Amino acid sequence: MTTASHDGAPGPTPSQTVGPFFGYALPYETGPRVVPGWRPDAIDVRGRVLDGAGEPVPDALLEIWQADESGRIPRRPGGIVRDGHDFSGFGRCGTDADGAFWFTTVKPGAVGDGAPCIAVLVFARGLLKPVFTRLYFPEDETAHAADPLLGAVPAERRATLIAAREGERRYRFDIRLQGDRETVFLGF
Amino acid sequence: MTHPPYLSPGYKSTVLRAPAQELVMPKLGPDSVELASPVFGHQELGRLDEDLTVQHPGEPLGERIVVTGRVLDGQGRPVRGTLVEVWQANAAGRYAHLGDIHPAPLDPNFTGAGRCLTDDDGRYRFVTIKPGAYPWRNHHNAWRPAHIHFSVFGTAFTQRLITQMYFPGDPLFAYDPIFQSIPDERAREKLICRFDMDTTEPEWALGYQWDIVLGDTPMEA
Repeated sequence: MTTASHDGAPGPTPSQTVGPFFGYALPYETGPRVVPGWRPDAIDVRGRVLDGAGEPVPDALLEIWQADESGRIPRRPGGIVRDGHDFSGFGRCGTDADGAFWFTTVKPGAVGDGAPCIAVLVFARGLLKPVFTRLYFPEDETAHAADPLLGAVPAERRATLIAAREGERRYRFDIRLQGDRETVFLGF
Repeated sequence: MTHPPYLSPGYKSTVLRAPAQELVMPKLGPDSVELASPVFGHQELGRLDEDLTVQHPGEPLGERIVVTGRVLDGQGRPVRGTLVEVWQANAAGRYAHLGDIHPAPLDPNFTGAGRCLTDDDGRYRFVTIKPGAYPWRNHHNAWRPAHIHFSVFGTAFTQRLITQMYFPGDPLFAYDPIFQSIPDERAREKLICRFDMDTTEPEWALGYQWDIVLGDTPMEA
């Protein structure tokens, strides 16, 4: 009965910005804590979202989606209510006044012939549609050379997809929406 | 092209936030993580999440409405069990957000945030109040048309969609650079819900229908 679009025009529903006022609705307390920090294999990923002037973006929403430590893609719920055991693979974090975000998760195992990576999605006021990117890990250089997606990225921009190691089980991944060292964003 | 471009200078916040480089269009292998989606369960949602008018001791002020529709894939198939999240301003056009300093009253009985999972027919349904239009500082005398923000997951992470649903006949459409950022008029119209007498509940609430169509996944395209 109800057609997909009221005027019959084909194509998907268009995207609109998340706007500045999602902060009381979309983020939730356990969102960034994909696994409990007590897990011996927990890693900490931190970064900032910056605009074309290098200023922090204080109203961005990040989502991550990833395989578990063995490279299995999760098929079970638990991204909102964390039970501490089942791995949902999903995390969500709003940026703070400094444009900063954090996640506690595990390093994913490799899936197929790709290097270990975390899918990262950024929404923000001023983004009429989200940007997709991927976070790769600096210690996997050999696997990066064979990774099909990294192979499609111009060599001089590849570094924007590779997190920096900041200590034991700690990584930094800054996202630059525009300008010098703009992060590589993916189109699907 | 259905979606707006990143850079849409009429909407000033895009100027320093729109990526300037070309997107990299990867060929995704069939086991790429982006081709799967997080899943959510009923046990993760609250009992009152679908009805934004009962989340406080008293009833919110405003025009009570039912908003319902289906989440569909590009072939018109229902997307079942997917998480739909909504948030909106109250009837006076103010968000329950510290950053919203527009001098309209807050409503102690309205937060304006809801969640649900689609049913086996891909259907979602919320009871809420009609949000008000509100001013913003994009340009002189700038007002947003009344809208409800929607967030939808789908079956692949690449289908992830956040958008806004508008109401029929809003006089502000022509002046709104966010709505107008979508170049194609027929695509813009997809964001406008439809008043529906069959959804309207006698002596209770006006009803609106609005379907959401997700993009093809890269494997389907």
